[in-house]
Formats: sequence, structure tokens, C-alpha cells
Amino acid sequence: MAKAGETRNLRDAKERYRAGVMKYAQMGYWQPDYQPRETDVLALFRITPQEGVDPEEAAAAVAGESSTATWTVVWTDRLTACDWYRAKAYKVEPVPGSPGQYFAYIAYDLDLFEPGSIANLTASIIGNVFGFKPLKALRLEDMRLPVAYVKTFLGPATGIVVERERLDKFGRPLLGATIKPKLGLSGKNYGRVVYEALKGGLDFTKDDENINSQPFMHWRDRFLYCMEAVNRAQAATGEVKGTYLNVTAGTMEDMYERAEFAKELGSVVVMIDLVIGYTAIQSMAKWARNNDTILHLHRAGHSTYTRQKTHGISFRVISKWMRLAGVDHIHAGTVVGKLEGDPNSVQGFYNVLREDKNPVDLQRGIFFEQDWGGLRRVMPVASGGIHAGQMHQLLGYLGEDVVLQFGGGTIGHPMGIQAGATANRVALEAIILARNEGRDLWTEGPQILAEAARHCTPLKAALDTWGEVTFDYASTDTPDYLPTPTAA
Amino acid sequence: MRVTQGTFSFLPDLTDAQIRSQVEYCLKNGWAVSIEYTDDPHPRNTYWEMFGLPMFDLKDAAGVLAELQNCRKAFPNHYVKVNAFDSSHGWESLRLSFIVQRPANEPGFELVRQEGEGRKVRYTLRSYATGKPEGERY
Repeated sequence: MAKAGETRNLRDAKERYRAGVMKYAQMGYWQPDYQPRETDVLALFRITPQEGVDPEEAAAAVAGESSTATWTVVWTDRLTACDWYRAKAYKVEPVPGSPGQYFAYIAYDLDLFEPGSIANLTASIIGNVFGFKPLKALRLEDMRLPVAYVKTFLGPATGIVVERERLDKFGRPLLGATIKPKLGLSGKNYGRVVYEALKGGLDFTKDDENINSQPFMHWRDRFLYCMEAVNRAQAATGEVKGTYLNVTAGTMEDMYERAEFAKELGSVVVMIDLVIGYTAIQSMAKWARNNDTILHLHRAGHSTYTRQKTHGISFRVISKWMRLAGVDHIHAGTVVGKLEGDPNSVQGFYNVLREDKNPVDLQRGIFFEQDWGGLRRVMPVASGGIHAGQMHQLLGYLGEDVVLQFGGGTIGHPMGIQAGATANRVALEAIILARNEGRDLWTEGPQILAEAARHCTPLKAALDTWGEVTFDYASTDTPDYLPTPTAA
Repeated sequence: MRVTQGTFSFLPDLTDAQIRSQVEYCLKNGWAVSIEYTDDPHPRNTYWEMFGLPMFDLKDAAGVLAELQNCRKAFPNHYVKVNAFDSSHGWESLRLSFIVQRPANEPGFELVRQEGEGRKVRYTLRSYATGKPEGERY
């Protein structure tokens, strides 16, 4: 067996394939001189090796366990072009400011992956390796997906531009609200909240992640009442409206049945939860594409593996997978709301979802250039503890192509749900108007909102109720690179 | 009722100075501004009539405002909107679209329900105004 610290590649085949156990680095999974090819899938892992394990060996182990290796030498390797299929760790560097942690860059040949299958990609990249004993912790930070691979996916069924054309809504974020309380309302009462919120000025309302088909409200009942509400609101405003009907269910057959029913009723959008799994998401994306329906994805469950910096998967990777998988909306953070969200990290997720091409942007956690090869853009959704008084900040941090979802911030309005919706819409339009006029939102935002509140009592009431509410806690999922001060 | 299509329908009607600022913002971004009008404000009426072509090479917002005056004069009781079109790769659609004139009286829409089996309802939205021929509606 090889000596500890031995990271040299064994070039002699006889020595390399002698039965027994040897270092992954010696097996060929550590290749510091490897030049990644344009068609390679690249992955960046944050590794925390156990005491006494070299970072290069740990990186090689990750490369090995996520591609061709097993714990011991197998002679059957020699029946294959194993040098070709082996993933190659080609760079290891310490994480700035985090002793004991390293960034490991690994390249995978394109032949390792089935075209158009997130399940296959993830079975390799995160399949076995996260429980590997020589590592204390492991986190998948970022991936570069070559255009050749990107092109094997359908991508978003609708995308930002076509969604806007279909809804005839341009030049401002879309507005939504999640119906609350999220559990317990009967179908009839639930539809009442949808109607009030849409009539008051929102574009969308939304089922919550855990509203499926429960004793207090069966799914058909909910869909029927919700579509009555949507159509009534359309008639009252002359605008296209939608409600994300959550079709998440125990089986694909049930999900298809619910989605078909939503389509028959004329819904422009259906919704799924991240917990249904990657293959189910791809299937629903295909369904949405075939049926001209916007597909909304709630990222239920993601914080179990995206939030802690040392172990799991960064949400920027989930964002990339979901753009490939083909959802049209995905919850991606608010910055200012009640849920985890460092401004730079969140902007990184948004850029992954919305740009044609992502440049390297270490401050926002983007480690690789990513060309999306014409895949449509995903509309990010900001939801959780946001209110009208933050409108200027939301636009400043998140930009125009986003759905802003005010659940409590609509339904909890002291003058009622319609008034809550109107307050949000007026605040939004006033902020957009002012921004386009060249006013500085960061300094003048509160003043712009106060001016708009003079012709809108509901907005005044919203600002009086929530104007001062903030959620000021330190984020855990922050980028590792700080802005470098540049000489003037 | 008030048809609330367009980017700024929840604000008080924009003044010409406000419209000019928005047009200037569009021109600064390199977008082509156009004017459209209709007397059929159904939310699925995608194709309002074009009041001339998009003003592709225009640099001065005054040109748009002048065209807008002409449109208002020709169609004093129609809905009129200003659109901004962005031809950049991957977008190639509108970036801003807002109503700048509306009829004094907006009768709104009737919701027609056709009851089907299994409690299903087929909904049709019908504008009260479009019962009359084009041009005689408002």
C-alpha cells in the first residue's frame, strides 16, 4: 500500500493495477497538470478532510468516488478506457478565511453522463461521495455545465419573456401572495382569499408547499373555487391573473391527473414542490411545455442541505439543475425577508437563473463561466416576510424580473386583503416610475413610498403597520470572497 | 371599473411630463417606442392597432409625445398605450408598456359562465363595450 502523503500518479500499469488498496491520487484521480476541456463537466467542492488526510488525496477521493473508483483496485478497469472515464481533480486551494477547508476542482468527461437527465448527473456528482469517511464534510459549491450538455435539456417550458408576453405584464416585477393560513381553509374560503388578493391588484396567488389534498380541502374543490376566483378577478380588472395550483402528489399519475384538471379549467400556471424529486420535476416540465402552462417550483426542503456552508449543496447548483430541468419559477430568496439570504449569494442565484451567460463572479459565489446556450430564463420568486415598505430595497437587490410574493404582507393588511394587494401594487408602480425617472431608490425610496401613500390610503396603512419591520440576522450561506478594494 | 393593464395603471393617470420621462428612460436604454390604440380592451386582445410603426431611429422623446398627441386627436375615446421594444438577443420583446389614455367611462367585463359536468365551469370574459362595432364603442 502506498505511503501516507503519496500523491504521485502511478504510471506503470503493472504497479497501478496490482490487487490491493492504494491512494486515490495514485490511481490517477489527482492530475494537477490536467487542462479541463470545453466539453468537460466541472464541479467545485468544498472539502473538509479528516485530520491527517492530505487535501489533494481528499480531492482525488471525491473525484474517484463520484466517477469510476471503488475502495480497492479492480482489474476490470483495464477492460475500459479508464483514463478517459476517470474524473480528475485538477486544482486544490485553501478556502479564504476557513482553516481546514479546501476548494477542490474536478473535471468529468461528458461521456459519463446520460443526456438530459438530472437524475443521472446527480447520481454521479452527489451520489455516494457525501458520506465518505475520510472527509468530515463536503459541499458542492458550483458546477460548469458545458454547452454541449446544456443543449441536451429542454430548459424552462415558458421562460421570463414568454411568461410576460402571455400575461401581458412588462416593466415591473410580478406580484403574488401565498394564501394563509396555509392549512385549514375550506375550498370556498380559500377561493375568497384568492379573489380578494387578485382583484386588489396582485398578478398571482399561490398554494403553499404543503397544500395538496387534505381532509379540510380536497384538491378538486380547491382548483374549482380558485378558478372561479381567478376569472372573477380578471373580469373585475381586465388583466390576466393566475393562481399556482399545487399539483404535488404521491405519484406521477396523481400529479398528471391534477395538472390535466388545472389545464381543463384554464389555469395559466401549475405548481410543484422540490421534494417530488428531479425526475418528477423533469416530467412535469415536459408536461408544462406540451400544455403551454407556466411551471412554478417551490423549493420545499432545500434548506436541509443548502444552508450550512460546510456540508451539502449550494443553492446556486440547485438553481442550475432546475434551469436545466425546465421550471419557469423558482423561489430563490428575498435578501430582506424572514428567510436565509445573504445579498451577494442571493444575487448569484438570481444571475444563474436569469442571465444568458454568467461570468465568473467570486463575490456572488459564481466560480465558473456558464454559457446557457439559449436555454430560457427562469423567473426567480422572492417570498417570505416581505412587505410594501421594502419595495425600493427589493427592486434594488433583486431587479425587475422577479415575482415578489407578499403573503402576510397582503392578507394581514389592517383594511383587508384587497387593500393589502392594492398597497403592494401601488408601492411597486410608484417605485418603478421613480426609478425610470432617474431617482435614487436607496436614498429616496421611503420618501417615494410616502408620496405614493398620499393618494393611496391602503399603502399608508401598510407603511404605518409594517414600515419598520426588518429581519436583521447574520446569514450563514455567505460567499467566501470579499470585494477587493481597488486603487482609485 | 378601471382596466389595470399596463405598468402604471394603479397610479393616478400620468401627466405628459411623466410620460416624457418614461419615454426618455426607454430611449436611453436603446428601446424602440411605439404607440398602440384599441377599443377592445379584453385582456387576451394581444394585437391593439398600431399608430404607425415603432419609432426605431428616434432620439428625442418630443417625437413620441407629438405622435401621442396625433393619436389622441384621432382616437379621443380609445385606450392608448406606449410600448418600448428591446431587440437584444434573448429578449426581443417589450420592456415597458403603459396606458396613457383611457375612455371616460369604462363599463368593464361580463363574466359568462357555462356550467358543465362535475361542477366544471367554462368561463368567458365579454367586454360590455364590444357589443357595438369597432369605432362606435366608447
